[in-house]
Amino acid sequence: MIPVEFDYERAESLDDAIARLAATGGEGKLLAGGHSLVPLMKLRLSEPSSLIDISRIAGLSGIREKDGKVEIGATTTHHEVQQSELLRRLCPVVPEAAGEIGDPQIRHKGTLGGSLAHADPSADMPAVVVALGAEVHIKGPGGWRAVAAEDFFQDLFTVDLGPDEIIAGVQFRPLRSAGYAKLHQRASHYAIVGVAAALDVEGGVVRSARVAVTGASTHAQRLPNVEELLAGRPANAESIAAAAAVAGDTLEDVNVDLHASEEYRRAMVKVFTRRALERAAAR
Amino acid sequence: MSKKHITTRINGEDVEFLAEPGASLLAALRDELGLTGSKEGCNNGNCGACNVVFDGALVNACCVLAVEANGVEITTIEGVANGEELHPLQTSFLENAALQCGICTPGFIVAAKALLDKEPDADEARIRHWLAGNLCRCTGYDKIVRAVLDAAADMRRTPA
Ligand SMILES: Cc1cc2nc3c(=O)[nH]c(=O)nc-3n(C[C@H](O)[C@H](O)[C@H](O)COP(=O)(O)OP(=O)(O)OC[C@H]3O[C@@H](n4cnc5c(N)ncnc54)[C@H](O)[C@@H]3O)c2cc1C
Ligand code: FES
Ligand code: FES
Repeated sequence: MIPVEFDYERAESLDDAIARLAATGGEGKLLAGGHSLVPLMKLRLSEPSSLIDISRIAGLSGIREKDGKVEIGATTTHHEVQQSELLRRLCPVVPEAAGEIGDPQIRHKGTLGGSLAHADPSADMPAVVVALGAEVHIKGPGGWRAVAAEDFFQDLFTVDLGPDEIIAGVQFRPLRSAGYAKLHQRASHYAIVGVAAALDVEGGVVRSARVAVTGASTHAQRLPNVEELLAGRPANAESIAAAAAVAGDTLEDVNVDLHASEEYRRAMVKVFTRRALERAAAR
Repeated sequence: MSKKHITTRINGEDVEFLAEPGASLLAALRDELGLTGSKEGCNNGNCGACNVVFDGALVNACCVLAVEANGVEITTIEGVANGEELHPLQTSFLENAALQCGICTPGFIVAAKALLDKEPDADEARIRHWLAGNLCRCTGYDKIVRAVLDAAADMRRTPA
């Protein structure tokens, strides 16, 4: 039983959800998969006056191609992302990473939008959307706006999202040559360290690279020194090893918990950066 | 806060009940509806002891609100046997001694059934990955995996 009383309502549409959220005067919260929010409410770490269930809004879930980009609706579950034939064909890193989230039970309920909004420092999808240069599409009472994923994640559980706003989905240019590599925390399967790497390769040479890490610090973020070392270099094991060797050297506020010390996490950032880059280069 | 009126189908029967928004589906099943087969292990999504099938998907009932179940079809451990006749998974768990204290067993059986219903040919690797969300503090897992493999073979021989 959740100790603090609250109301529950189901939203019929995106605009209905925005109106219902506004009516709570900042005290309400959206409910998507509930797999971050419900445990928090049991611990009284979150005490909304009302939950507005957005998980059944038609059109807010699903994966589609649009103007050369791929769009994933916010309430698409991790399971749906993992199973998507479209994503496997166009951008296999996304289903690969979704399949590494938790266990089947978590993937059947947890959603992409919930994962991004919650911004757990050890969540997987934040690193993937940052590496892909995705845009987060948000709607609030004032209308639509889009934020680059790398600007969306700001700090520990802190994102560029108002209490009256809803993530509708993410959009990105699909890219085959991207990979995700993760060190699992064996009980929850959250990332002790997770690295997503996206390479733009032409004629065997890396034109540009985007590499993002999660689990290591307060929030998912790029590893600029790794990206710089790869640009203009051949997409081979030697360049990858050289770039991975500096991975995480720019990271501050490295997480320390019962699963890993700072020293171990820093070492693993290098190992998993190399593996993610190898996966990306092999695609 | 006022209770909500919930209409569901549980194990093939129409069921209506009243739920506080703060009640988990697990709490409603156990405390309101007397379906105490689903167990509470961790109450936070880690252990799988509370597993039920929710509109075709295996979920942790402790992290689903009872109010979310309005209009949903649910299968619990109580719906696995066919009357007095045990499901092949249940027989196989007994024959393989795949349980000790038994608190995790309903979750494992509901989870394994959810897999085998969709993938009757699941191999050992697939079964082990699928059961990653079910924790057992007693058996060491191997007997559980053997039991699921045996049940799968049995079910392929005599499809329901
Ligand atoms: C045991 C366990 C293991 C897990 N393992 C992993 C793992 O390995 N990797 C991983 O990445 N995650 C993991 N998770 C987290 C899981 O993926 C969550 O489901 C996810 O982080 C949150 O998604 P949700 O849909 O459940 O969101 P909810 O819990 O419903 O919501 C979370 C927050 O986001 C807000 N929100 C939800 N949707 C929107 C939206 N569209 N717009 C704006 N705000 C929104 C809510 O108001 C709430 O504040 C695990 C969870 C559990 C319980
Ligand atoms: S009691 Fe639900 S997952 Fe442990
Ligand atoms: S038999 Fe005791 S926890 Fe599994």
